[in-house]
Amino acid sequence: MYKILQRQDLVPNVHLFKIEAPAVARKAQAGQFIVIRIDDKGERIPLTIADWSEKEGSVTVVFMEVGATTRELARLKTGDSVADFVGPLGLATHVEKFGTVVCVAGGVGVAVITPIARAMKQNGNKVISIMGARSKNLIFWENELRAASDQLIVTTDDGTYGRKALVTEPLKEILQGQEKVSRVIAIGPTNMMKFSALTTQPFGVKTIVSLNPIMVDGTGMCGCCRVSIAGQTKFACVDGPDFDGHQVDWDLLLNRQRVYLEEEKRSAEHCQHAHA
Amino acid sequence: MAKIDLNRQEMPRQEPKVRAKNFSEVALGYSHEQAVIEANRCIQCPKRPCVEGCPVNVDIPEFIKALRENNMPEAVRALKRKNALPGVCGRVCPQETQCESVCTLQKRGAPIAIGRLERFVADWERANPQSRDLPVIQPSSGKKVAVVGSGPASLTAAADLAKMGHQVIIFEALHVAGGVLVYGIPQFRLPKEIVQNEVNYVSSLGVEIKLDQVIGKIETVDELLKNGFDAVFLGTGAGLPMFLNVPGENYGGIYSANEFLTRTNLMKAYLFPEYMTPIRVGKRVAVIGAGNVAMDSARCALRLGAEKVYVVYRRSKAEMPARHEEVENAEEEGIIFKFLTNPIRFHGNERGEVKAMDCNEMELGEPDASGRRRPVVKPGSEFTMEVDTVVIALGTTPNPLIASTTEGLKTTGHGTVVADEVTGQTVKQGVWAGGDIVTGAATVISAMGAGKRAAASIDAYLKSK
Repeated sequence: MYKILQRQDLVPNVHLFKIEAPAVARKAQAGQFIVIRIDDKGERIPLTIADWSEKEGSVTVVFMEVGATTRELARLKTGDSVADFVGPLGLATHVEKFGTVVCVAGGVGVAVITPIARAMKQNGNKVISIMGARSKNLIFWENELRAASDQLIVTTDDGTYGRKALVTEPLKEILQGQEKVSRVIAIGPTNMMKFSALTTQPFGVKTIVSLNPIMVDGTGMCGCCRVSIAGQTKFACVDGPDFDGHQVDWDLLLNRQRVYLEEEKRSAEHCQHAHA
Repeated sequence: MAKIDLNRQEMPRQEPKVRAKNFSEVALGYSHEQAVIEANRCIQCPKRPCVEGCPVNVDIPEFIKALRENNMPEAVRALKRKNALPGVCGRVCPQETQCESVCTLQKRGAPIAIGRLERFVADWERANPQSRDLPVIQPSSGKKVAVVGSGPASLTAAADLAKMGHQVIIFEALHVAGGVLVYGIPQFRLPKEIVQNEVNYVSSLGVEIKLDQVIGKIETVDELLKNGFDAVFLGTGAGLPMFLNVPGENYGGIYSANEFLTRTNLMKAYLFPEYMTPIRVGKRVAVIGAGNVAMDSARCALRLGAEKVYVVYRRSKAEMPARHEEVENAEEEGIIFKFLTNPIRFHGNERGEVKAMDCNEMELGEPDASGRRRPVVKPGSEFTMEVDTVVIALGTTPNPLIASTTEGLKTTGHGTVVADEVTGQTVKQGVWAGGDIVTGAATVISAMGAGKRAAASIDAYLKSK
């Protein structure tokens, strides 16, 4: 069992769990993920690591309530435990001194991109970050990402906070500007990553995305998470989750993410019924 | 001498129509009476070919003798002397190509049903735990061994090493121990309670099992050796699924057999939504391949509600690698076999879900490297099959994770780890390997044999250290 040391509700439907997992914390690197399972009847789901502390023996994940399992997860409190917490899995984000790096985060992606921005900055890069949310009440970790970056641009779809824009607009302006951008990292909902990659493509700036297909074991055993990269099938769990956004078959990813939509509904109803 | 009895006792089984709709065990096991009748057929020949035919050399005549003398505790003792997992082996071993194939009565067409008797004795022990005696455990050697993986090779190596007095810790990547016995082989062929019972037995020998530990990630083999382990045994199996590499293979509804079986068996998707992992099985399912894993996948698909389940194989019935018994079970349950058929591409609907599969008809040509006749395309034979679920069961290769994170481990072009055929010793000091990680996907019992031989070799190494 893995104890939840701290639960924090960041914004509606988005929660932070700091989980006691000292062995995982010793090895975690920015961009890697863990697989979590709540209890004996639970499913295994991947969550990208948002933070970790070797000293404290903890690993932090941030998740949004989207399906049955994340909703069940959101019922847990500080002091509760989860049955399984496996990691660190996948390859770490490739970090070196590139020059100027733009980190683009959408929604919950801000939690995942913060340690990457931090690592990029620590490696001597100038880091410009862009974070976007639908609305002001969904903004979190603004200060964390600001601290990890040299410059931060905040956008909201409805203009209730920061600049009224999609993240791709400031991204495009930066690429059109004087500054030579060596690399873009885009993490968030699949469509946000897709359009970020489409935005950078004409500029020829390598753009890394963190893919989030459905997984089961997370160790390369099942192939559920297969994605198509430059026409080649890859397993996101072991070959990724980071890939070159210009080479991703986005439609395939979106389709494969939707395979269990009906079952998700049934599962959610079942859980609701069980708690009634 | 008594007259030789050539009437092999039939295994009672669930009716095909009934069992095709449930996940309960198909074979019901001998009654005590049947077991004794079958045991009495054994002529206790002095040559004992069956012992040689068994990859772990179980003392078969001894356990059969004790069984017919109705000395069940002794039968258990004789059986478990060499085999830590008799409940598993009695169910999934291909006895027809091992112990039973060399039985003296095989020449008369009615070998002793050794596997069924093994199962009977193992099940008796499970039902009579009070009769269980712990095997002798040697005094502590003060040496520590890490066993990576918890499938048949690892469990066997761990049990033997513990009995030899070494401290053993198993590192398992998944949340349950048992490896392919829990994620791969379905409940109706090998109930998970049986596996759990055997795992508990291994634990009872003092073996510690750490779950959720992906070696290569949370700790590398080199770190294990640096951090206090005197030896490491790699028994991580062959977990990487092979695909056809044809267009459209990533459409929704196309699974690797590993995924299909893992969802069904390990995650218990057949009990969805009570268990939260879903599985989607349509009306028309095609399973590609013809090994035991293909049979398991096809029979799971049927039990999950498919109307038509096809096993699609590019060679003919004679070349099928699956056990005869499993093919027969599948046929009885209504699985449809399409031989000499090879998929060449898949088509999807507007939601990206598979809806059809184009295939070529094949014919058999000259024998290939495997000695089997090579299937060649029949010109102009292309046709389309409507399917809404596909399971690719073409085999597996070892997961590259361990090899790629371990300094100085040698692998072959197939991704298998190079190890001494007898001892399992790898080219890396202090590291042994056995089972599917060395041989590629093979049988439970051959993996157990490898685990056993590696344990003996590790023991000798630790004593000389």
